[in-house]
Amino acid sequence: MKNAEFFIDYSRCIGCQACVQACAECDTHRGVSMIHLETVARRESVQTAPQICMHCEEPICAQVCPADAIKKTPDGVVQSSLKPRCIGCSNCVMSCPFGVPKYQIDIDQMMKCDMCYDRSSVGKKPMCATVCPSGALTYTTMQDIQRTRRGIPINEWKFGGEVVRTKVYVMVPPEVQRVDIDVVQIAGTAAALPRDPYDVALMLENA
Amino acid sequence: MKKNSRNVAKAGGSDVIHATTWGLLATAALIGGILIGSRGLRYFDPALVSYAGATLFAAFGLGYRFSMWLRRPPTRLYWFRGWEVFLQPRRFSKNIVHLFEILWSNIVLQRFIGRRSRMRWTAHWFLAWGCLMAAAITFPLSFGWLHFETLRSSQQMYRAFLFGIPVVQFPLNSIIAELMFNALDIAAVMVLIGVFAALWRRGRDHGAMAVQQFADDLMPLILLFAISITGLFLTASTHLMQGLHYTFLSELHAITVIITLLYLPFGKFFHIFQRPAQLGVDFYKRAGVEGEQAVCIRCGLMYGSRMQMDDLKQVQAALNIQYQLANATHYQDVCPSCRRKNIALTQDSMWIAAAQKR
Repeated sequence: MKNAEFFIDYSRCIGCQACVQACAECDTHRGVSMIHLETVARRESVQTAPQICMHCEEPICAQVCPADAIKKTPDGVVQSSLKPRCIGCSNCVMSCPFGVPKYQIDIDQMMKCDMCYDRSSVGKKPMCATVCPSGALTYTTMQDIQRTRRGIPINEWKFGGEVVRTKVYVMVPPEVQRVDIDVVQIAGTAAALPRDPYDVALMLENA
Repeated sequence: MKKNSRNVAKAGGSDVIHATTWGLLATAALIGGILIGSRGLRYFDPALVSYAGATLFAAFGLGYRFSMWLRRPPTRLYWFRGWEVFLQPRRFSKNIVHLFEILWSNIVLQRFIGRRSRMRWTAHWFLAWGCLMAAAITFPLSFGWLHFETLRSSQQMYRAFLFGIPVVQFPLNSIIAELMFNALDIAAVMVLIGVFAALWRRGRDHGAMAVQQFADDLMPLILLFAISITGLFLTASTHLMQGLHYTFLSELHAITVIITLLYLPFGKFFHIFQRPAQLGVDFYKRAGVEGEQAVCIRCGLMYGSRMQMDDLKQVQAALNIQYQLANATHYQDVCPSCRRKNIALTQDSMWIAAAQKR
């Protein structure tokens, strides 16, 4: 698909886990699913949120890497850490504003969503976008997304004082120019809830 | 692959001067080592001067690149923290034991590569040990640190000298002599096994094929193949072809080695020097697990070591990453899982706000 971009719309996610399963099929991280699918507040809501790598223009994960192991391809895709260099320190895991990289303890290496580079580099859709039934994860052209969605795609974020521009777009209401992130406190966070050994929702939240 | 612009921007004039100084110091140290080790060039073999010259350039390049690498704020912090934790008196004896454990596991056996894939381990182990074995022979020979002589009393006895001091002697028709004289051939065969295993994997693994690059992934294999095969040609010329084209082949071999030495500091081979320098991270991680844990300001759960979070804040400040939040909290104190949930909730709240306005 020519000139395709990745669009994410958290509010459309139905938590079907199709993206999680499909992600592990990708050749660049065979057998290991790189996508995160969060249950947001399991006791009160069925809301779920998928998180892929947003592929920042100036990736913070790469900046804080002591081994200089994280590189971006000329087409703007931030790759998993280079195997000969990665030392498994988890600086990238802890610094990514989107909470994306995963430390694989068995191989002592950071791996992350690379937009299924074996597919997207030859014009195919990433696995998650191929299987997502609700359009929460979409890989299509800008014209197509503007034609078919209510909101607008933007790719500028602010975390505290840090402005981050990403290759991946998020769908927001038309009047929004940038996503400003502050810590949204909700009463139902796992630690705030009373302990109940039979609370399945809490078990899932902590899983 | 692109370099990070913020890090590149930080490499200013003082960094270059600093790195050049370290490069020159590394070169001077090696020149000093050659002069002392060859007893004032007494045992230096002029036929190998081109190898020694290329190694001096490589020493400059390695000193320069290593210094530049250590100028990066995260690398610098981890380097010093690693040493700090390693040298802590109350941990020191445990750390020494652990150092041997990780040297054995990570460097000698390379177990962590085996867990990635067997073919990758096969390729890397043979390449690594073939190259290290060849380097352990070639460098001392070209620096004049190692030389061989026959005994004056017997032409059948050979003696090896290290830094001009006799260390071992052996008969010419012994197994040890065969191993000594063919050690470079054994190393070349090991490297070739590694090269073919690596090419086999790279030609069949769709994931590797998608991300591999000629300069970073294939060039080193081509160089190692060229060195090994031209080295074996020399043996073949001597033993099978009565020295046919030996001069040409030895010059060809020298050219392949020199090109590789010039490439050494700037390409993939730099990881040979980079990775052992970062064994300190292992000690840092152990100290982090044993120390105070960071608690997420959103969910209240532990998610990593307090020391690492505090160090990351320092690194972020040095890189001008501004994660301070409006309510005097810091985004670094939010765990990765809460960051993901938080982003979804923020987008959600935007749609709710938009709906309420209408």
